[in-house]
Amino acid sequence: MRIELEKRPNVSKLFSILSPVIALVLTMIFGGVMFLLLGKNPVTALYSFFIEPLMEVWSLHELAIKAAPLILIGAGLSVCYRSNNWNIGAEGQFIMGAIAGSILPVVFHEWHSPLVLPLMLLLGMLGGALFAGLPAFLKAHLNTNEILTSLMLVYVAQLFLDWLVRGPWRNPGGLNFPETRTFDPVAILPEMIASGRTNWGFGFAILAAIVIWFMMRYTLKGFEITVLGQSERAGRFAGFSSRKMIWFSMLLSGALAGLAGISEVSGAIQQLRPVISPGYGFTAIIVAFLGRLNPLGIVLAGLVLALTYLGGEAAQLSLGVSDKVTRVFQGLLLFFVLSCDTLIHYKIKLVWSNLTGTATEGAH
Amino acid sequence: MGIFEAILLTVITAATPLVLAAVGELVTERSGVLNLGVEGMMVMGAACAFVATQMTGSPYVGILAGIASGALFSLLFGFLTLTLVANQVATGLALTILGLGVSGMIGEAYVGQSGIKLSQIVFPVLSDIPFLGSLLFKQDLIFYLSIAVVAGVHFFLFRSRAGLKLRSVGDNHASAHALGINVIRMRYLAVMFGGACAGLAGAQLSLVYTPQWVENMSAGRGWIALALVVFASWRPWRVVAGGYLFGAVSISQLHAQAFGIGIPSQFLSALPYLATIFVLILISHNRRTTLINTPASLGKPFVPDR
Repeated sequence: MRIELEKRPNVSKLFSILSPVIALVLTMIFGGVMFLLLGKNPVTALYSFFIEPLMEVWSLHELAIKAAPLILIGAGLSVCYRSNNWNIGAEGQFIMGAIAGSILPVVFHEWHSPLVLPLMLLLGMLGGALFAGLPAFLKAHLNTNEILTSLMLVYVAQLFLDWLVRGPWRNPGGLNFPETRTFDPVAILPEMIASGRTNWGFGFAILAAIVIWFMMRYTLKGFEITVLGQSERAGRFAGFSSRKMIWFSMLLSGALAGLAGISEVSGAIQQLRPVISPGYGFTAIIVAFLGRLNPLGIVLAGLVLALTYLGGEAAQLSLGVSDKVTRVFQGLLLFFVLSCDTLIHYKIKLVWSNLTGTATEGAH
Repeated sequence: MGIFEAILLTVITAATPLVLAAVGELVTERSGVLNLGVEGMMVMGAACAFVATQMTGSPYVGILAGIASGALFSLLFGFLTLTLVANQVATGLALTILGLGVSGMIGEAYVGQSGIKLSQIVFPVLSDIPFLGSLLFKQDLIFYLSIAVVAGVHFFLFRSRAGLKLRSVGDNHASAHALGINVIRMRYLAVMFGGACAGLAGAQLSLVYTPQWVENMSAGRGWIALALVVFASWRPWRVVAGGYLFGAVSISQLHAQAFGIGIPSQFLSALPYLATIFVLILISHNRRTTLINTPASLGKPFVPDR
């Protein structure tokens, strides 16, 4: 048996919408099989993984808190990936944003003013953008592959944070724990809805997604991003600069990752620790693809992947399976999303015998 | 044994997984496929090799398990990018994410167990050569394999007919297809070879470098290996030179810590990653030489017309 692809004359609208759904269903089926292999009842396991976290108000708030950084980062990455700039170091930009924003509540903690919080958010965006500016500079001016440089910088950022919270920024009254002082109330991102913990980070995420959606759909900049991403040559003839696009997309996605970082630290954790992210920067890559690089799709995708984090915790508690299941689910999901996207551009044919193939080859 | 010899031995141990993973990826990239999943295949190899060794008591079974798991895992990548022409960059990332997750699950029950270290194979007479003897002829099987694989790949790519075909597929898949070369099959084999090498590199980590299983134990080495391929401008023997250079950098930070140099350990640990960036800048700032060396079809999808 052989699989052959036949190019569709037009992009299939049906499969553009269906492919993420098919991918989700396939992930569930494979997940069920995996639970079966682990000796669990697949139906109850999938129920406690994907449905139970949605049944309580407080866990819906947890969902929003976890979805916020994923959507913020994912929306920024979609601009990068659409313009063919492969920023995969959002995790590092998230961390550097968190660090830059934390300068005020950690170093200048005696300064109490309503300006603290807005300045923290700005510094966070600046920190993330500057850190993304490094691979952008290297790619735009020294022709260095941004995939490898942006990824290497993730390790550097993680080590830098580790040094800060164990060294100069360690809480002097904190019994030697590797963490900074807890932020004062002026430095804490307020809750958004009265019923629970969801903070304004979620609001920023939705806002960012809508703004980027508008930009991609209705502005010249959006058109420039798409053209340069599909063909650099065509973009050059239209007078677009791919060098400027590298800067634009990397700084934008870095700023959003930095905003996600400072929102997470100021809203959810309220201090710096050696580890402040369960891999949001990498999971956001999956979010971007599951949302088909469309900011509105990314909002939905962010919620789905936030659910895998919550489901992993729930399954660990109620079923005693490892929390590594979360990563496996996320990886599987990305695999299925990428393979289902083939359906958008190609018809997939199964060829059962080799005869037809050789016959047409002979005719050439 | 002098201190210099001892340091060189640790450099060799640190460099071997980099050399292996990089030379495998080199073959994959020479066929025109960019597999960013090296980190994932490597960590899978490390987990499977360790578990197999603990189950059977033989590290040689572990080596085989590492190779097999890397090759099988790379097939996933091959199916998506070659058969379904999915985006190679994204699929490679998926392979890494999935590999880190699955290996974490496989190895979970084995965390904290002390493993069986792969024993040395001592060549009689040769190992008595002063200095060189203990460095080159008193090593484990995986070290010898790493050198043999590099030599084999060099011979294959530049001295054999099949290697010429592989390079032609990587440089111009449409012409290769027109000449009757089965592009997709060639690429599948190259991807699997890359996977097998990454798996073997992983086995070295959990059987020689630190004989135990720790989650994410590849710690970015897969990505460094990818950078090494660029550094080596897609030539096998340069991979060895680059690998040993990087091995020396990553070891130097350990020795610097041991000597108590007054730099925070985190800054020293960041050295290999910063060195990678630095080397990438040096290698790629000249656009023309990069263009000459890079396989021309690298990362481009191919759908045969029938």
